Amino acid sequence: MAETTASYKEPSALRVYAGQLRRNPMGMLGLVLVLIVVATAIFAPWLAPYDPNQIMLGPRMGAPSAEHWLGTDQLGRDLLSRVIAGGRIAMLVAVATLGAALSVGLALGLIAGYGPRWLDNILLLIFDAVRSFPVIVFGLAVVALVGPSLYTVILVVAITSIPIYARIVRTQTQALRGAEFILAERAMGASTLRILGVHVLPNVLGPLLILASMDVPMVIATEAGLSFLGMGVRPPAPSWGTILNDGYNFIRNSPWPVIAGSAPIIIVTLGFTFLGEALRDIFDPKLRRNS
Amino acid sequence: MALYAIQRLLLSVLIIAVAVCLLNIMLHLVPGDPAVMILGPRATPELIEKTRVEMGLDQPFLIQMATFFGNLLRGDMGVDVFTGRSVTTIVMEALPFTLALISASIAWAALIGIPLGAYSALRRNTWIDRITGILSVGTISIPSFVMALYGTLIFAVWLGWLPAIGAGEGFGDQVVHLILPAFAVGVSWVGYIARIVRAAMLEVMGENHVRMARAFGLREGRIARGYVLRIAVLPAVTLIGAGVAHLFSAAVFVEVIFARPGIGALIVSAVNERNYPIVLGAVLITTAIIVLATLISDLVIAWLDPRQREGL
Amino acid sequence: MTEAADSLLSVKNLSIDFGTPRGALHALRGVELEVPKGRIMGLVGESGCGKSTLAFSLAGLLPSNGRVAGGAILLNGEDVTKMSERELRDIRGRRVSMIFQDPMTALNPVATIGRQMLDIQYRDAGGKAEKRRRAAEMLDRVGIPDAAAQLAAYPHQFSGGMRQRVCIAMALLTKPDLLIADEPTTALDATLEVQIIELLRELQQEMGCAIVFVSHHLGTVAELCDDVTVMYAGEMVERGTVRDVFHNPAHPYTQALLECDPARIKDATRQLPTIPGTLPDLVRVPPGCIFRNRCEHAWERCATEHPPHYAASGPRHVASCHLLDKEGTA
Repeated sequence: MAETTASYKEPSALRVYAGQLRRNPMGMLGLVLVLIVVATAIFAPWLAPYDPNQIMLGPRMGAPSAEHWLGTDQLGRDLLSRVIAGGRIAMLVAVATLGAALSVGLALGLIAGYGPRWLDNILLLIFDAVRSFPVIVFGLAVVALVGPSLYTVILVVAITSIPIYARIVRTQTQALRGAEFILAERAMGASTLRILGVHVLPNVLGPLLILASMDVPMVIATEAGLSFLGMGVRPPAPSWGTILNDGYNFIRNSPWPVIAGSAPIIIVTLGFTFLGEALRDIFDPKLRRNS
Repeated sequence: MALYAIQRLLLSVLIIAVAVCLLNIMLHLVPGDPAVMILGPRATPELIEKTRVEMGLDQPFLIQMATFFGNLLRGDMGVDVFTGRSVTTIVMEALPFTLALISASIAWAALIGIPLGAYSALRRNTWIDRITGILSVGTISIPSFVMALYGTLIFAVWLGWLPAIGAGEGFGDQVVHLILPAFAVGVSWVGYIARIVRAAMLEVMGENHVRMARAFGLREGRIARGYVLRIAVLPAVTLIGAGVAHLFSAAVFVEVIFARPGIGALIVSAVNERNYPIVLGAVLITTAIIVLATLISDLVIAWLDPRQREGL
Repeated sequence: MTEAADSLLSVKNLSIDFGTPRGALHALRGVELEVPKGRIMGLVGESGCGKSTLAFSLAGLLPSNGRVAGGAILLNGEDVTKMSERELRDIRGRRVSMIFQDPMTALNPVATIGRQMLDIQYRDAGGKAEKRRRAAEMLDRVGIPDAAAQLAAYPHQFSGGMRQRVCIAMALLTKPDLLIADEPTTALDATLEVQIIELLRELQQEMGCAIVFVSHHLGTVAELCDDVTVMYAGEMVERGTVRDVFHNPAHPYTQALLECDPARIKDATRQLPTIPGTLPDLVRVPPGCIFRNRCEHAWERCATEHPPHYAASGPRHVASCHLLDKEGTA
């Protein structure tokens, strides 16, 4: 076993995975879509043809044209520019939310998995209680308390995602806790912190990151959803959700704002889902057999 | 079996209690006076004081919690800030619409998803299996509000076939009004259910007892229905039970988009008005139903799977 | 060497391939098997020798990547390898039934024993009550106490030994001509094994069906079977009556196998004897004798010429080893 891992060097393993991904057409499609969206979010200010909030004298709710590729909204704002700017907000929310949820989930999961039994039980009960709130309903309750804003969205999604990650970390930690090499470390007097940091953490981080990347569509959909309801990003800031809300209000006048607002959500969702499926198949062949 | 049900019920009650505590703690963690928040800009010092006393906010936190739980046990969740009507009544009026929406959505999704998944598993690697696979991955992750908007756009605005507003009057009309909302909520579940049933079917088809049934010359159709599918629907039941929370989230959007009455629409309007007792009551009932749904799905599984009945 | 009149099962020159990513794996090559009516044939060999593949192919139950590459399986003169799926279904559970290795997973976990026993009688005449009565009778016959009441029980309510009894009851319920038992006692502990063997023997005498009994446990085969076929790496290396094969093993592999049987070891020893070497690659089958790389008697001829079935001690005792070639070497 030791020889096989030693001969299996890091770059060659990566190349193997890359090769597997290249042979998976849906996975490649996902990767391309994800890269497009991420690049667009990063270079948003340079890519957008107009200021997303600039109200123009041209047509209102105009169909796509040479000047406005995705048309204009009810105030005459350029939809393409708004969609691009909205992508930046969506990505920002995704990164901030998943970062927060991952770190808190990791910490709580380690505590639950490695700490005393009673603490584990209490944490599990809290996880279950939080999970039994539907994300959107919970989000609305929080908005009722603290008011709508970008930070509320991040807070809500992070809190509701924590139990999912924490549970996985807890399970893995508990499995490792009884493993012989951990027992040996403990017998040799290693501190809890050392065991968690050196042995447990690297073992749980990989699956956790894949899982988090598969959750990106969920986070983005929640942000767009809350913004759509007017409970997230506030107008006139151009979230995909606020674009959709404008489109919904004028759906009988023009389909373009709805199409422009939903297209990026669909692209992001499909991109991350197809990529995530492919990654899961590659890293977890056991799952591939069954699905 | 009875013992198991009681255990599960107690755990569910405990989870709801914890949920209520969390909500109340949140209410107190937020900076500012809840009474001021509730009353909003209309607040006068006298009104604030009156509301504080009415809501028991002048009492210590633990007393407040105890009062809240005590009232809850009697079915009293306070009154609407504006109309003074009982929150319980308001929530219970909205609830049937949401339950109808959720049940209709999951019912049609299961009716299509289960056969689709089973068929894909039996005809593995044919074009129909592949298309089902790609479509289910695709639809699973599209948010319900996007589905609802396209449903409105295509079937109500362009084609004019279906109503897009309200819940309808009378049974037939109500059913017609349910079509688009149930489509929007259920469509991603078709994919979910088909996928999980397919995966479970494939796994069960490799089990020894299926080989044994084949060795006794049972017909393939009989094996698929009586031996494989009966086991393969179990994970789908768990999935649906655990997914009721997602269904409620989807219902919020769909009720707003189709202007349907229901818990979701109620919460959204209550949040807009800062009508805190209604928000709390609606969230509480929603949570209770979700916990109850998980419990019911566990019991359904115990009923379908004799192995689960014992040892638990 | 032909027992034409009373031959029930006759496997002629059977070859079976499995599709693998490396190419076709030749799992069975030129296997011959002759089972007269009412006799018990033991099938022995190490794991991976193809004995289970052979047993499954007798009922047309190959895995999806398996394919009959040549030869025939004649059951009452009809070729099983040429049968349509419909015809196969017709013989399964009626003329041929099977008992499997692992009784813990062989029964459907969500259906009652009674329902499963009723299901397999779907072709038989008689009403539901009649079929239930037959099922209960059979359960009683295999030694399940309070049989009629147990029809309402689920498989997980039985122990492993009891479940194997249920499986035997199911297999014999349809009164087959041939019972295929694929290592039915491997998953059970020793005392249960004895009971199950005893039960099989009694039932066989009572019902008169032939049995193909697959096992790697030589003692069990010696106790239960009339004839024995020894398999190695997809080939039949020796065949004869239990008496001939076990008392005068002719093939070096059979001799080694008998020496390795822990039951035969009389003196206390730290090391159990093993046959050195590993199974050959069955994707690229080497020429000559398949056993030669592990055989201590191998010489040049073994590397080039595939040994035919030479006559050994008894009248129906044959083995594939050049050592038996009286003309060639003498």
